[in-house]
Amino acid sequence: MKNSFIIQTENLIKSFPMGRSHFTALNGIDLNIGEGEFAGLIGPSGSGKTTLLNIVGSLDSPTSGEATVLNQPVSKLNARQAARLRKEKLGFIFQSYNLFAVHNVFENVEFPLLLLNYSGTRRRKMVMDALEWVGLTDKVKSKPPQLSGGECQRVAIARAMVKKPSLVLADEPTANLDAANSHHILKTMVDLNRELNTTFLFATHDEKVIMYLKRKIYLKDGKIEKDE
Amino acid sequence: MKLALKLAFRNLIGAGLRTWLNVIVLSFSFVVIIFMKGVMVGWDHQAKTDMTNWETGGGQYWNENYDPYDPFTFSESHAPIPSELDEEIRTGETEPFLIVHGTIYPQGRMQSVTIIGINPDQDIFMLPSHKLDTISDAIPAIIGSIAARNMNLGIGDHATIRWRDVKGMFDAAYIVITDIFSCNVPTVDAGKIYIPLQKLQSMSGLDNEATLFTFRDSEKPRPDISGWTLKTKSELTKSVDDLIKTKTTGQTVFYVILLLLAMLAIFDTQVLSIFRRQREIGTYIALGYTRREVVGLFTVEGAMHALFAALVSAIYGLPFLAWMAKTGWTMPMDVSDYGMAIAQTLYPVYSAGLVVSTVLIVLLVTTVVSYWPSRKIAKMNPTEALRGKIQ
Repeated sequence: MKNSFIIQTENLIKSFPMGRSHFTALNGIDLNIGEGEFAGLIGPSGSGKTTLLNIVGSLDSPTSGEATVLNQPVSKLNARQAARLRKEKLGFIFQSYNLFAVHNVFENVEFPLLLLNYSGTRRRKMVMDALEWVGLTDKVKSKPPQLSGGECQRVAIARAMVKKPSLVLADEPTANLDAANSHHILKTMVDLNRELNTTFLFATHDEKVIMYLKRKIYLKDGKIEKDE
Repeated sequence: MKLALKLAFRNLIGAGLRTWLNVIVLSFSFVVIIFMKGVMVGWDHQAKTDMTNWETGGGQYWNENYDPYDPFTFSESHAPIPSELDEEIRTGETEPFLIVHGTIYPQGRMQSVTIIGINPDQDIFMLPSHKLDTISDAIPAIIGSIAARNMNLGIGDHATIRWRDVKGMFDAAYIVITDIFSCNVPTVDAGKIYIPLQKLQSMSGLDNEATLFTFRDSEKPRPDISGWTLKTKSELTKSVDDLIKTKTTGQTVFYVILLLLAMLAIFDTQVLSIFRRQREIGTYIALGYTRREVVGLFTVEGAMHALFAALVSAIYGLPFLAWMAKTGWTMPMDVSDYGMAIAQTLYPVYSAGLVVSTVLIVLLVTTVVSYWPSRKIAKMNPTEALRGKIQ
């Protein structure tokens, strides 16, 4: 039966082998995130926010418990199904942008649409729309090394948003940016959240990001400390 | 696959100099392999054509006792011309040859020679036998350039030859060199003296006898003739096939080394790519690729080097190969002493099959070499790859 939550976790546990023992990164996380939320996982390094983001993004699987993303149980997805979920429904924004250095801005943003096998005309329109959202229509031919950090992250946002995903996962998106660029990026994401009703889930400990979040989920030692 | 090709193309073009260095190394392999193979094919063609034109014709009948490698059989290897060949001999489609072992004394020295009686009017071979049709104070003779050099004889020079007639009696006479020919088949040249057939028949007391017959038409069915062994053209040129086979084996080692060097560059690039592009690999997976698809992408990228190399080869290789086919490859040293049918200048012959097979082999090897290190991606943890952590 389908539910109204985009993300739902039940007693989610993730532990990693560390020498002869185990390090528990997530220790019984129960979390529900609904459609259109602008939420963030907040906590210091090692609190488990990136691990949780990776599991929600079907890049990793839980040790026990379950994470259901867009009605799909992550632990039960095989590699092809997980790739399909990411390809069709999820957008990723990374701290270090993770743009393809040898591709230009247009090609970077076009990439998710190529995976979806869209026609050339459709791709072109969608890419130009996405670049318009982030204000980079004049940089289509530029390559990432020719862009500033802020511009790179805007390209990354355009790449994450171009296919209009249901959920965008952003891992420390402003960590490498100055204050002005951070605010610009966050305003862009807030606008996209409002206009496209896309759900955003951040992993951050940056105060600049926290002040934009509508829902703040504080993690400490792999547990939810506070959800407000 | 279409997407992998598109992305691989973008990645390779985007990688710039690194791609083109590999491509140039690989293209060099293409051109050298095609050229060297072309030389072998050209040599094969040339050697067989030369042997046909100078030594074997369209095939031969040998006297059953004749062994070209044993001069001591020559005294026994002759017989009257069989009536079955009369008509063809009359029309010039078959020519008789008489072979006698003898000795020449050029300028007081002594050398063993093979004296061959040949019809001055024959036109099956390119030998300038018409130069034997002359009136002179001595027996007219033609020799090849190697024989001329070895015997230190020139046109117009006289020398004494000695032979044994059919009864075993020694006899001697003067010969005069009326022409010196140059040919690429050393067995026609070295140690051979050509004189008129009728003269040799009368000198040796073997009137109307011959050692072998050469016919022009290799396609015509030939009857079995008692006392004579039929040698087809392919049998007579088998030595060339064997020689080419031996040389080809040697060349294969050279190709393998050349390919290994090119493949080492590709392998090195692939291994470096997988280490250096961890974050990119993680991003591919995050955006919706499976690890298997990323392996495919990297393999296509590697294999595409071979396709680019084929194109680059076409740019500079086609003019080069065409030029070599036209001007030929001249050996850096005199090849007349090599003892095999080889021209001073070899003209490479390229076929579509040669080019296509070379491209396919290089493409296949490049694909395998590209896939080999790429398999590591299948074992990568995408979350660690995203952070650029070396795995």
